Amino acid sequence: MAYSEKVIDHYENPRNVGAFDKNDASVGTGLVGAPACGDVMKLQIKVSPEGIIEDAKFKTFGCGSAIASSSLVTEWVKGKSLDEAFTLKNTQVAEHLSLPPVKIHCSVLAEDAIKAAINDYKAKRSKDREAAE
Amino acid sequence: MRVNEATAKVETAVRAALNNPPGDGTPIYLDYQATTPTDPRVIEAMLPHFNARFGNPHSRNHAYGWRAEDAVEAARAQVASLIKANPKEIIFTSGATESNNLAIKGVAHFYKDKKDHIVTCVTEHKCVLDACRHLEQEGFRVTYLPVRTDGLIDLEKLKESITDKTVLVSIMAVNNEIGVIQPVREIGRICRERGVFFHTDCAQAFGKIPLDVEDMNIDLVSISGHKIYGPMGIGALYVRRRPRVRLVPLFNGGGQERGMRSGTLPLPLCVGLGAASAIAEKEMGAETERLKGLRDRLYNRLKQRLSEIYLNGDLEHRIPGNLNISFAYVEGEGLMMGLKDLAVSSGSACTSASLEPSYVLRALGVEEELAHTSLRLGLGRFTTDAEVDYAADRIAAEVERLRIMSPLWEMAQEGIDIKSIKWAEH
Ligand SMILES: Cc1ncc(COP(=O)(O)O)c(C=O)c1O
Repeated sequence: MAYSEKVIDHYENPRNVGAFDKNDASVGTGLVGAPACGDVMKLQIKVSPEGIIEDAKFKTFGCGSAIASSSLVTEWVKGKSLDEAFTLKNTQVAEHLSLPPVKIHCSVLAEDAIKAAINDYKAKRSKDREAAE
Repeated sequence: MRVNEATAKVETAVRAALNNPPGDGTPIYLDYQATTPTDPRVIEAMLPHFNARFGNPHSRNHAYGWRAEDAVEAARAQVASLIKANPKEIIFTSGATESNNLAIKGVAHFYKDKKDHIVTCVTEHKCVLDACRHLEQEGFRVTYLPVRTDGLIDLEKLKESITDKTVLVSIMAVNNEIGVIQPVREIGRICRERGVFFHTDCAQAFGKIPLDVEDMNIDLVSISGHKIYGPMGIGALYVRRRPRVRLVPLFNGGGQERGMRSGTLPLPLCVGLGAASAIAEKEMGAETERLKGLRDRLYNRLKQRLSEIYLNGDLEHRIPGNLNISFAYVEGEGLMMGLKDLAVSSGSACTSASLEPSYVLRALGVEEELAHTSLRLGLGRFTTDAEVDYAADRIAAEVERLRIMSPLWEMAQEGIDIKSIKWAEH
C-alpha cells in the first residue's frame, strides 16, 4: 500500500515518543485499542494548573497509519486547553494524513486516546479534590 | 550454466530491468513462497518455442505440430520424473489454483452418486478451501481437520474423519505461510487402506522435497510453475492411471489432455515447466543444504539480536526456504513499512478491512496479539549470505526501534501481563 508523505514522515520521525509517570497528579493517560485487533495506543498529557496541556507523549503498537495518527495528535494538543483538545475530531486527523478508508479506524483510535487521557486527568483531579475535602 | 552463474545473471537482469545499480534501493527479495524469478536456464529453453520452433502441439498434419508435440511430451516427462510418475499421468493446467479446482471438484462431481464427503484441513491454501466451500453449497459435506500447534494434522483425527461416504482427502504437502511438511506418506497409506483418493496440493513442495507418487500412495498432485523458478501461468495435475482416478473436467472444448483439460497447450510455458522441473530434480539435494545454511544463518542472527521472537510452525518438518516469525510487541504491517528495502510478507492482513490476522497462524493456536506481529521470510535459489545478513540486521534494528515505541513492550518490561488488562473491543 502506498502511504502518504505525511504518514511516512511521522512514522520515520515520530514526535513525542515516550511516557510520563502515570501516577503524577498532573498527568492524564489514555490507553485504547486491543493487542488482538492489531493496534494499541497509549497517549499521555501533562496538564498545567490552569488546565493547559503543556506536553504530550505517546506509544503505539500498530501499523504506520496508527503510529502517525497518534504522533500527530500529540503535536496538535500541545498548548491547547483541555476543552479545546476534547473537540479534536478523527476526521481532522484522517484528512491531514490523507488516510485511505481502510485506515480511518487509526484516526478514530487517536481521537479515543486523547479523550481517554483527558477523562483520566479529570477523574484524577476530582478524586484529589474529594480527598482534600 | 552453474548455479552461481545463474544467480549472477538473474541479479543483473533484475537490476537492469529496474534500472538500478547494485546496492541502491532495489529491495532484497525474501518472498520466495509468493513467487520465484524464472531461472535463466528455463528462459533459454523456452525462447525458441515462441518463434523459431513454434507450433500447435495438437496439429497432426505438419512438422510444426509434430515438433511442438515432441517438445511438450519431453516436458511432460520431465515433470513426471520429479514425482516418479508416468508422463501419461500428467495434465498441464494454468497453475496450482486450476489444478486444485480440477482435482477436488472433478473427483467430487464424478463420484457424486456414490460418495459425497471430502476431508481437508483448515490451513490449506484459499483456493482449496474455496473449492470445498463451493462443493458444500452443492450439497457435499466437508470435514476441515484442525492442525496441532506445530502446524501438522493429527493422523488419528484423519482416520476418524474418513467414512464410507468419503471420496477424497485433500491435504497440502507444504504450507505456503509456515513451510511445514505434512506427513504425506502416512496420509497416503491411510487413504489407500480405506479406499479413498488422496489429493495433495504440492505448489510449495514440488521440486523442494522428494515426492514419489507410488511410494507415498498419492492419487492426485497439484503443481505450479512459478513457485519453482518456472514461468507463471502454467501448472500441472498428476492424475493416477492405476487404480484409475476419474474426474469431470472444469470446462468443455477440444478434449485435449485425455479429455480432462481442453485448450491448446501453451508450448513455451510447458517447455518452461519441464526445464524448471529438470533443474529442480538435479539440484534439489544441494539446494536444500544451501538453503538450510542460509535459513539457520538468518534465524540465528535474529535470535542473537532480539529477545521474544517466536517461530511459527515446526522447525524440523519444514522446507528450508521458509521462516515465519512473530516479533512480539511489534505489529507486522508497521514493521514492514520500516523494511522498504526488503520484500517480505506480513502474516497479518491489516490492509484488509477485516483486521484479521492470518487464518493459518490462528489455526496453530498462535494468540491473536502474536499473530499480528509475524513476518514470512522466504529464501530461495538466488538468495545470498550477504542478503541474509543485511536482512537480519535491518529487521533487528527496526524491531528494536518499534519496541521503544510500543506500549505493549513497555508493559512487558514493567512486568505487567497484557492479558490482565481489560482491552476494549473494536
Ligand atoms: C499452497 C499453494 N497452493 C496453491 C497456490 C496457487 O498457485 P498458482 O499461483 O499456480 O495458481 C499457491 C500459490 O499461491 C500455493 O502456495
